[in-house]
Amino acid sequence: MYVADSRGTPAAPADAARVSSGRRSSIAPTVFALGTVSLITDVSSEMVTAVLPLYLVTGLGLSPLGFGLLDGVYNGFSALVRLVGGHLADRGGRHKTVAVLGYGLSALCKPLLLVAGSLPLIGAVLAADRTGKGLRTAPRDALISLASAPESRGRAFGVHRAMDTAGALLGPLTAFLILRQAADGYDAVFTVSFCVAAVGVLVLLLFVPSRAPAAALPQDAPRASLKAALALLRVPEVRQLTLAALLLGLATVSDSFVYLLLQHRLGVPDRWFALLPLGTAAAFLLLAVPLGRLADKVGRRQVFLGGHVALLLAYVLLLTGWQSPALPFLTLALHGGFYAATDGVLMAAAAGAVPAGLRSSGLALIQTGQAMARFACSIAFGAAWTAWGDRTALGTAAAVLTACAAGAVLLRPSNSPKEARP
Amino acid sequence: MTLRNKILVLVAALAVLAGVATASVLHAAGREDRKNRTQAGGPPVTAGKVSLTPDATRKIVFRNMAWGPHRDELATVPAADPAGPRTASGVKCLRFYAAATTGICLQAERGAMQDSYRAVVLDARLKERAHYSLPGIPTRARVSPSGHWAAWTVFVGGDSYAGTNFSTRTAVLDTRTGRLTSSLEDFKAYLDGKEHHAADTNFWGVTFAADDQHFYATMATGGHTYLVRGDLAARTVTSLHANVECPSLSPDGTRIVYKKRVPGLPADAPWHLYALDLATMRETALAEPRSVDDQAVWQDNHTVAYSLAGDYGSDLYTVPADGTGKPRHLLTAGLAPAYLG
Repeated sequence: MYVADSRGTPAAPADAARVSSGRRSSIAPTVFALGTVSLITDVSSEMVTAVLPLYLVTGLGLSPLGFGLLDGVYNGFSALVRLVGGHLADRGGRHKTVAVLGYGLSALCKPLLLVAGSLPLIGAVLAADRTGKGLRTAPRDALISLASAPESRGRAFGVHRAMDTAGALLGPLTAFLILRQAADGYDAVFTVSFCVAAVGVLVLLLFVPSRAPAAALPQDAPRASLKAALALLRVPEVRQLTLAALLLGLATVSDSFVYLLLQHRLGVPDRWFALLPLGTAAAFLLLAVPLGRLADKVGRRQVFLGGHVALLLAYVLLLTGWQSPALPFLTLALHGGFYAATDGVLMAAAAGAVPAGLRSSGLALIQTGQAMARFACSIAFGAAWTAWGDRTALGTAAAVLTACAAGAVLLRPSNSPKEARP
Repeated sequence: MTLRNKILVLVAALAVLAGVATASVLHAAGREDRKNRTQAGGPPVTAGKVSLTPDATRKIVFRNMAWGPHRDELATVPAADPAGPRTASGVKCLRFYAAATTGICLQAERGAMQDSYRAVVLDARLKERAHYSLPGIPTRARVSPSGHWAAWTVFVGGDSYAGTNFSTRTAVLDTRTGRLTSSLEDFKAYLDGKEHHAADTNFWGVTFAADDQHFYATMATGGHTYLVRGDLAARTVTSLHANVECPSLSPDGTRIVYKKRVPGLPADAPWHLYALDLATMRETALAEPRSVDDQAVWQDNHTVAYSLAGDYGSDLYTVPADGTGKPRHLLTAGLAPAYLG
């Protein structure tokens, strides 16, 4: 908060008023319930993620190399699932039903890991698990947006993302504690993971209201259909947001490359390599709520763009190759800050542009555009690394990110105050 | 449903699920406990002195996987009586290799928040000379015939949701000076004569030549694997042959036995053992019909030893290196052998 308060913006009085109103409008119980569901589910899924390499190598004695557990084709399928999930959720306002399906499918995959003994089967189970994740993401974000007052959506998404990330940090720890009780107890890890996921589904069923408050769905809302969902792209604000997310996604180098670059360019010692994602997650966790609130105050576009500036700074730090013990921490803090300023904030901005009746479809559309752009960036970045080496590839990514950020600024609609100050 | 009832349902479900979770952990812990008790009919294992210095009887040193108090310890058996009594050293290793009284042991190290792995250089009496942190799960280890060089490979797990990308990291160590190259990716790589750099390049399975300057290894990039010949002085690797994994150089330096990916086999058991004559580049399939996922070890200039899955994790087998004969069972419940003497 102090970041925003210390800025002497001309709109200071209005900001002050907004802060006080923000304090009055507390986070809706539904948002906390959904945050709890995400926290619990992330504990469950990250438990599995943390032990999966060890399970494949030492538990099953498999060589996972040269066999993509989920290949590129699946990325396309997963985008489709997300759009379908969003569309199904909007039809008749069944956000909760679709979310339950998604969380339930992922939960059911955990015991299946117990019986899947070969790489192709494990790949299939992971694909089903991800399908569940694809299905539930847009309806869940729609429920968060529908339960929150427009002026505090940034904060609501921040709270949700912080809870989600806390779960992701607790998951590996839980798995470690189980393996400490029983070395090679991967079956126990999967069983406990299932039990935890089941609790998540139960909390969703019991404590998240199935219908959005009537006020949130006006009578004249457009009927949810595939045509209506696609027609959203004709709404200038939605189109601009999608384009901005797409453009910036094209210059977002995937996490694994960032960690690889940290090691290559900054010489992060081997023993810290596994801890790098935790650094990003910790920064994301700490910054999600403050940056969400900041987005409510100064505008979501600005914070979203600011997040990409943080990413650009991280690239620049990596490019300098400056050997200082503080540099990896700074880079990870910027990387986590990038997520905190973009992940939930984009959804908060999108929620303001998409009518309530098409909320899930609209959010799914924007998320999918961003995910596809990031996937394309991963492929291009890998190819650039092969052709030119890591430094040139990263320099190119930084240049593209600068250009795309400039493009995204130019995309700002002339009536942006309406969006920035909902 | 009233809030009170919702909470009651949640508490009841939590009790049931907590019971299931606890039972599964206890069950797994009990199973692990049984592995620490000696199984009936298993090979006799007694604690004793294990030395890497060759003596009158040729020995095999390996990771003993037989259940009991000495599980996972380095143990020796006479090479002439591999099913006989084992002498366990008290030193635990996941992967191991030794040559010329130098051992390399890749072992797990327990931590407060997570387990880690380290590579330990051992002297002839299995005392630690030096150790190095590892960035992932150990898979391969080798020492040069002179004992002057050591190399190891670890799996680095994916960091994305549902952990789908894996890579390997292969390190090379000069055991005399302690100079460590933590990743072979730092070497200049030549693929089909052209300099090659790619983020997806992975190396694994180093095997050293007797001259203390050259080695062979697998380089993977763009979905293909290659046999590369490395130069420790020039710090280069150069591709020689395609579709080669986990090469193992014969003591006379003329042939390599390796895993070849054979079309038509299941995706998770795709390899057969082959021998490659380095002078003629001619490939010969060995007589092992099962898929082998191991870096073979030469027993002498004619026979290789390797592991296959067994009741206690892994058993060892041997097969002639010229494509003739039949695989023979060497010993039960063992992994990562090295011949002493």
